Amino acid sequence: MQTNQLLLLFCTVLLLLGLAAYFIGRAKASRVRASGAAMYAQPDQYAWFAVLSTAGPAVLVGAVGSLLLLLLGAEIPPLYLFAASLVVAAAGLAVGVAQVKPQFHARQAIERVIRWILAGAALISIFTTFGILFSIISEALRFFQMHSFWEFITGTTWNPGASFLASAGRGDGSGAEFGSVPLFAGTFMITAIAMLVAVPVGLLSAIYMSEYAPARVRTVAKPVLEVLAGIPTVVYGFFAAITVAPIIVNIAGFFGLDASYNNAVAPGVVMGIMIIPFISSLSDDVINSVPDSMRQGSLALGMTKGETIRDVVIPAALPGIISASLLGMSRALGETMIVVMAAGMRPNLTANPLEDMTTVTVRIVAALTGDQEFESAETLSAFALGLVLFAVTLTLNLVSVLMIRRFREKYRVNNL
Amino acid sequence: MSHTFDEISQQLKRRHRKSARLKWVSMGALGLAGLFLVLFFADMLSKGLPAFQQAYINTEIRYSEEASRDGRQAFDEDLIPLISRTEVRVIPLQLRNNPELIGTSEQRWMLANSEVDQYLKGHRNRLSDQEKAEIEERVAAGQVDLRFNKTFFGSGDSKIAENAGILSAVVGTVMTMIVTLLIAFPIGVMTAIYLEEFAPDNRFTQAIEININNLAAIPSILFGLLGLAIFINFFGVPRSSPLAGGMTLALMTLPVIIISTRTALRSVPDSIRHAAFGVGCSRWQVVRDHVLPLAMPGIMTGSIIGLAQAMGETAPLIIVGMVAFIPDVGASFTNAATVMPAQIFTWSGEPEQAFVEKTAGGILVLLTILISLNAFAVVLRKKFERRW
Repeated sequence: MQTNQLLLLFCTVLLLLGLAAYFIGRAKASRVRASGAAMYAQPDQYAWFAVLSTAGPAVLVGAVGSLLLLLLGAEIPPLYLFAASLVVAAAGLAVGVAQVKPQFHARQAIERVIRWILAGAALISIFTTFGILFSIISEALRFFQMHSFWEFITGTTWNPGASFLASAGRGDGSGAEFGSVPLFAGTFMITAIAMLVAVPVGLLSAIYMSEYAPARVRTVAKPVLEVLAGIPTVVYGFFAAITVAPIIVNIAGFFGLDASYNNAVAPGVVMGIMIIPFISSLSDDVINSVPDSMRQGSLALGMTKGETIRDVVIPAALPGIISASLLGMSRALGETMIVVMAAGMRPNLTANPLEDMTTVTVRIVAALTGDQEFESAETLSAFALGLVLFAVTLTLNLVSVLMIRRFREKYRVNNL
Repeated sequence: MSHTFDEISQQLKRRHRKSARLKWVSMGALGLAGLFLVLFFADMLSKGLPAFQQAYINTEIRYSEEASRDGRQAFDEDLIPLISRTEVRVIPLQLRNNPELIGTSEQRWMLANSEVDQYLKGHRNRLSDQEKAEIEERVAAGQVDLRFNKTFFGSGDSKIAENAGILSAVVGTVMTMIVTLLIAFPIGVMTAIYLEEFAPDNRFTQAIEININNLAAIPSILFGLLGLAIFINFFGVPRSSPLAGGMTLALMTLPVIIISTRTALRSVPDSIRHAAFGVGCSRWQVVRDHVLPLAMPGIMTGSIIGLAQAMGETAPLIIVGMVAFIPDVGASFTNAATVMPAQIFTWSGEPEQAFVEKTAGGILVLLTILISLNAFAVVLRKKFERRW
């Protein structure tokens, strides 16, 4: 029998057993109560306890069993597993119904189970992090068995082409080189351009919104800026490639410079636009929570409004502003679609932003979308790149959280 | 060293000018951001709106004996390069299914070639001067016209530009979002309830909290790597399927839902909880019957916003293979499918000029859906928001 059909059958039988448990449990509890015994819980609660004791262990046995099945290969036939979990379900039904006794705390038992279920749900997010770490690290380790870590970190040539031949059975893959320096150079170049756009515009917008703008402008401007963050990145990528890149080429041509259509400026600028709201929104909140007593003190000393903002408010808000910028930067480093569509594919170690260059995320996508064997060095290199990306963005996020916490503690604000 | 009053008032003026400058510069920055937005939307509209119209040719189709072998025989010879290949291709098939049609003829609007379409819209095209003259003649006679593009909204992807539509991607998106929501919503709400209402303030809880904030900031492409390595390679979920994509996106949406649910739960005042405890409710009863219903509008708003975010996400889906070429519109959770952003990405890679328009058209459809979702979330919040 197909696994799918078996699963469907399992669910159906379990549903029927659960229904049976509910009605039998309820009927029995009502009977006991009608006989005049004082019970700790309502008949409904006894019924739900019976349902839980029927379904819970059975689902657990089924899930653990299938996981073992996957890990060990098909050593237990699925049919046995199916039968075993149904036996457990039937036993659970019997126990659940037997527990319908006046002195049994059915509600407390249910609530203990619910609490465990809720805690289990909270564990999923931990599992996700470990899943990401585990999947990336295990595949990256396999990559580093083929190519040295040192070569990967310091090499200046990224040329995976020959490893493709090796996996196809031709050549020995010796020509493949995985030096990631040009990829990181490209990533940092594009990120730097994005930050050059996003930090001044975002910060100044935040200053205007929090210090100058009338309340009406503020309530309109903030959500409008948020729209910039809500536009899908694939749309930004198209905008960068079709509209912005030719404009950049024309401007460069006007100054007598030669620019590639896959230049780094177009994705950089568009990415900067995308990040503006990340920076302006958080900076705005931070500037707003700088205590007014500091502004009053500064104005009382005869400082102009501009001087107060520049010399008092901004320095006080600096940890928060840096935190916002770091978050924006981590967003830019990991951004994929804009660079996949608008930046180049060619690893290029250059300081000229008008040339085409590629980034870490572009190579990850390129390595995983071809018709490649999963075992090939090029595919695995995506995970090695992902590992570095994970480490860098994680560090930036953690530093950012620490900075904002410092700000929060210094000024005792709770809403950040 | 002392200054005269004149010098000091000069200095003061300078300082005030400088102060005013900061105001104008910062206002300009906000204006610049707004300008970006306006330019962006203007650009997308100007590129994408023409995609909702398509060139059609009104012509006579002669269902002759020859046409049942070679579809081209059914048309005037000089029209053949102008009519879409897909229309010509189906004629023999049509005649085989309905042999009684042979010998009759019919006057009908036929889908034109994408080159004709681009010419009528004034874009770059590969038509010869003679073909252009032919079209002009028929335009004057009212036989060639731009009409509402049914194909774009009614069919799946195609390598032939005029035949490509977004419907299969829309269906794929709906399937994927169903999976995402079914997984992320219950788990996210349960996690938030646990952290807000049940969890003791210990190391374990703090670890979960830090971890959730971190997950929200991890680059989305890394979730794609997780989906590929764990869901597809380890658990054997079919590649390119809405199931694989939906599960990957669910993990990405989880932090958004958790964070907004916690905010919603926190905004329910403690007096409600105290009153419920006071009449003898257990903790779970307080949450289920009092806190959760009051927090529901906030939870819904956060979930819709999270869903809209997931709907626009592309990178992790590319990694799990959801950039498949899907010509047929079919709804299945385990077969290969594509989603709207992935379809936009695929079209943007096509070299033909006609596909630029398709891409922008697809973008407009996607943006319309996302903006409506977000607007709906805002309305929901406005309508049910309570100040305690």
